[in-house]
Amino acid sequence: MTYIKPLFRHPKLPKNKIGYTLKEYEGALSTLCAGCGHDSISAAIVQACYDLSIEPHRVAKISGIGCSSKTPAYFLGNSHGFNSVHGRMPSVATGANLANKELVYFGVSGDGDTASIGMGQFVHAIRRNLNMVYLVMNNGCYGLTKGQDSATADKGSKSKAGSVNPFLPVDLASMAVELGATFVAQSFSGDKGQLVPLIKAAIHHQGFAFINVISPCVTFNNNLGSTKSYDFVRGHLGVTSQLDLVMEKEAISVDYEKGSVVRVALHDGTELELSKLANEWDPKNRISAINAIENARENEQVLTGLLYLNTDYGDLHEILDTTDTPLNQLDEASLCPGTVTLEEINRGLQ
Amino acid sequence: MIQKMPKKNSTSGVNDFIVRFANVNGTGSASANFLFAKSIFRMGIPVTPKNIFPSNIQGLPTWYEVRVSEKGYLGRREGIDLMVAVNAQSLAQDIQNVKPGGYLIYDSTKRLPGELVRPDIHYMGIPMMELCNEHFTNPRQRQLFKNIIYVGALAVFLRIEFEVLVQLLNEQFAGKEKLVPPNIQALKLGMDYVKEHFEYPLPFHLERRDLIGDKIMVDGNSACALGAIYGGATVVAWYPITPSTSVAEAFEKFAEKYRVDKATGKKNYAIVQAEDELAAIGMVIGANWNGARSFTATSGPGVSLMNEFMGLAYFAEVPAVLIDVQRAGPSTGMPTRTQQSDLLLAAYASHGDTKHILLFPSTPKECFELSAQSFDLAEELQTLVVLMTDLDLGMNDHVSDPFVWQKDRKYRRGKVLSADELDGLGRYGRYLDTDGDGIPYRTIAGTHPTKGAFTTRGTSRDEYAVYTEDNKAYQRNMERLVKKWETAKSLVPAPKEYQEGKSSEFGMLFFGTSIFSAEEAKDILTGKGISLDALRIKAFPFHEKVRSFVEDHQVLFVIEQNRDGQMRTLLINELEVAPSKLIPVLNFDGMPITADTIAKAIADYLYQENHLHHDLYQTLV
Repeated sequence: MTYIKPLFRHPKLPKNKIGYTLKEYEGALSTLCAGCGHDSISAAIVQACYDLSIEPHRVAKISGIGCSSKTPAYFLGNSHGFNSVHGRMPSVATGANLANKELVYFGVSGDGDTASIGMGQFVHAIRRNLNMVYLVMNNGCYGLTKGQDSATADKGSKSKAGSVNPFLPVDLASMAVELGATFVAQSFSGDKGQLVPLIKAAIHHQGFAFINVISPCVTFNNNLGSTKSYDFVRGHLGVTSQLDLVMEKEAISVDYEKGSVVRVALHDGTELELSKLANEWDPKNRISAINAIENARENEQVLTGLLYLNTDYGDLHEILDTTDTPLNQLDEASLCPGTVTLEEINRGLQ
Repeated sequence: MIQKMPKKNSTSGVNDFIVRFANVNGTGSASANFLFAKSIFRMGIPVTPKNIFPSNIQGLPTWYEVRVSEKGYLGRREGIDLMVAVNAQSLAQDIQNVKPGGYLIYDSTKRLPGELVRPDIHYMGIPMMELCNEHFTNPRQRQLFKNIIYVGALAVFLRIEFEVLVQLLNEQFAGKEKLVPPNIQALKLGMDYVKEHFEYPLPFHLERRDLIGDKIMVDGNSACALGAIYGGATVVAWYPITPSTSVAEAFEKFAEKYRVDKATGKKNYAIVQAEDELAAIGMVIGANWNGARSFTATSGPGVSLMNEFMGLAYFAEVPAVLIDVQRAGPSTGMPTRTQQSDLLLAAYASHGDTKHILLFPSTPKECFELSAQSFDLAEELQTLVVLMTDLDLGMNDHVSDPFVWQKDRKYRRGKVLSADELDGLGRYGRYLDTDGDGIPYRTIAGTHPTKGAFTTRGTSRDEYAVYTEDNKAYQRNMERLVKKWETAKSLVPAPKEYQEGKSSEFGMLFFGTSIFSAEEAKDILTGKGISLDALRIKAFPFHEKVRSFVEDHQVLFVIEQNRDGQMRTLLINELEVAPSKLIPVLNFDGMPITADTIAKAIADYLYQENHLHHDLYQTLV
């Protein structure tokens, strides 16, 4: 099944700061099922990159295997993409990032790709505070192999065929907080208003930014009794705060009650403005984040929004103290020690 | 009292003998044994040390075998002329392993049990522990200097020049000069004891020569690491595994010295110890995909784990370099013993139709060269290159020709399009065979705002990198990959030919560390009037010269260090040669192959097939 997108562009389409229209951030036509949550997430990525005026070719999209991992073909068509092997996106992203620290890295994965086969690499990418946006399109099932339960399916959740999942779920968001991920958020594919600013904030975060997006599978896991269906998720959403990315320092708007707005500075000078904060939740405190997630769970809610943020740690390049020039741009002059040095080395071995 | 030596049929002569040290792992014997080997090297005499060590950090028996060869034979040889036995655990076995007429040095602090006394060897007891306890107080020193005492004893028995030993100790302890005098004291304790109690030198001993020239002594893993530094590798991802660990460690050591930006103090490299081998090769593929030269080093078990990614690199056409320091398999096998048994695994690694470029270095110099060259080949061919070394080459010190680097050598980065080149193109097709050599043009992320972007994937795609399940497009792509494989044959290193034209119907084929023993075996056979042609394979796919050598000879002895004749299988498979023509000559006990094993196997065949007279055969068995 091949679709050709129309090349026609309306001359009056609005342009962003660098002169690109939204169309120039789109990708090929999606081959996912009509109504798939993943397509909404792709659209949110397109919107976030357009809003931030990111040059599309300065983005690299890397994924594993599964429905979610197909999506990099469906957004940012002017960016390089790498649809790699199952569960190993984090290692490919690590290598790519080490080669060129100047690009924006989107890692796109699913619940099978991250919570099962790729659990090890997910954990270790967090440990290294790799500077990337790690986005999980989480639908609680294996869509591309026709609907088997995944490790994030809730205990008791009912499949389309009527079987009930007997196993405890892996909660990726609380795991990420526990492991020390420096940016952890959760969202819902049906809430573009929340997802777009979260993606923007994640891009600006210097380090590992994890967004777990509940993204219902319309074909295999949208039935009554499933805890990952559109209806169920919509009815059980909790929100930590409303969030906005503030590009330049501005005065805090006065609409909110005093004390209900928090500004958090990111490494690159931008700020996150969080408003309408949930009770007793401090975005920079891990215990508070874990408590908020657990409390929501007790109330049968999926907590969404920014969950945790830490701007104190340097990313992998800072840890390794790599040079400012991207490693893939160094040439013989800085890489090869030369013949005179080699003669010295030879003498030392005689 | 001077102990009289009974005369027996022992080895005699100059610069041609084997010493084996039997030690306890973790007692500091390695540096003393290296001091012994290096002093012989410094006296201008060819020498080959080999570690025979357990998979253990402390406590188990470990051996160090040193062959001295005036003729420059650097392979292993059977027969121990002199055993330095300082490990009580293995003493009985060590004594049994001495050649009749050979010599044994042991610690005579305690009397040797009667059942360990053989009538046919010479016993030279030195009270090493007693001497240490008398002269040193620190318990660690008492243990360490026992080793230096036997080096002192050997210096007198074998005529090692004292000044050479002193010089080496000074070099070893540069910056820690306080340690030199007690080491020299220990050396002298051993020397004086021998002078007082024994006849010396032994019938076989050393004499200074000028046979080393500008050669160097270094292990293959360090050489591979240095090759990667020179070859421009910037991203290293690895997971610890014997015997490859020291490749990454040596890279880091060299990089700290040669790759730190002088102005900023920042690093022109990144090393990541990955969570496993899968992640290591994943990072390498990610980095290469994004335009940095990157490699990993592992051994057989790691290559098994990397299979899926190796297939991705092949099919998605991403350059990558993998250094496989082979050890004895299968499974965990013998982690600290050598073998050449990953050939089939590496050559066709991963599911589907895959083939990978393999390079076979034989010496540290070639480790350096082929390691550097593997980055050129990987980028020129946009595929995985596996550098196949082994534990023997990787972890043992070898006498080698010095490293050479051509001044102003440029990296060959292959077909990578710049922004300007993209501007000059019509529609860019990642997998278009524009030049007819099967190698398409790559682009790197971030090059051009609107041209050249594509999605790399392991699933089928058309020439423009657009996902497709069209059967014809898939087949075209697979056929182009075969064309690229054909192109590779002219880019990989040619084999080493040992003769011009053809001088015999019989040929020897070998590769990697079999070089030393194969060359010696060739000389042994030539000495008996049996002439053979020889060819050393340096790469897979096979160069055209390998094909013609195989076609030109009636019988070929394929020498390798594995059970199943894996190189032979590759030759049969790739060159469609009749299997009966290829005679396997194998060694797979985990020890490096010896010249005698090779010469005997060839002689056996020639005798059975009526090519060798009975009397002559008798002299070879």
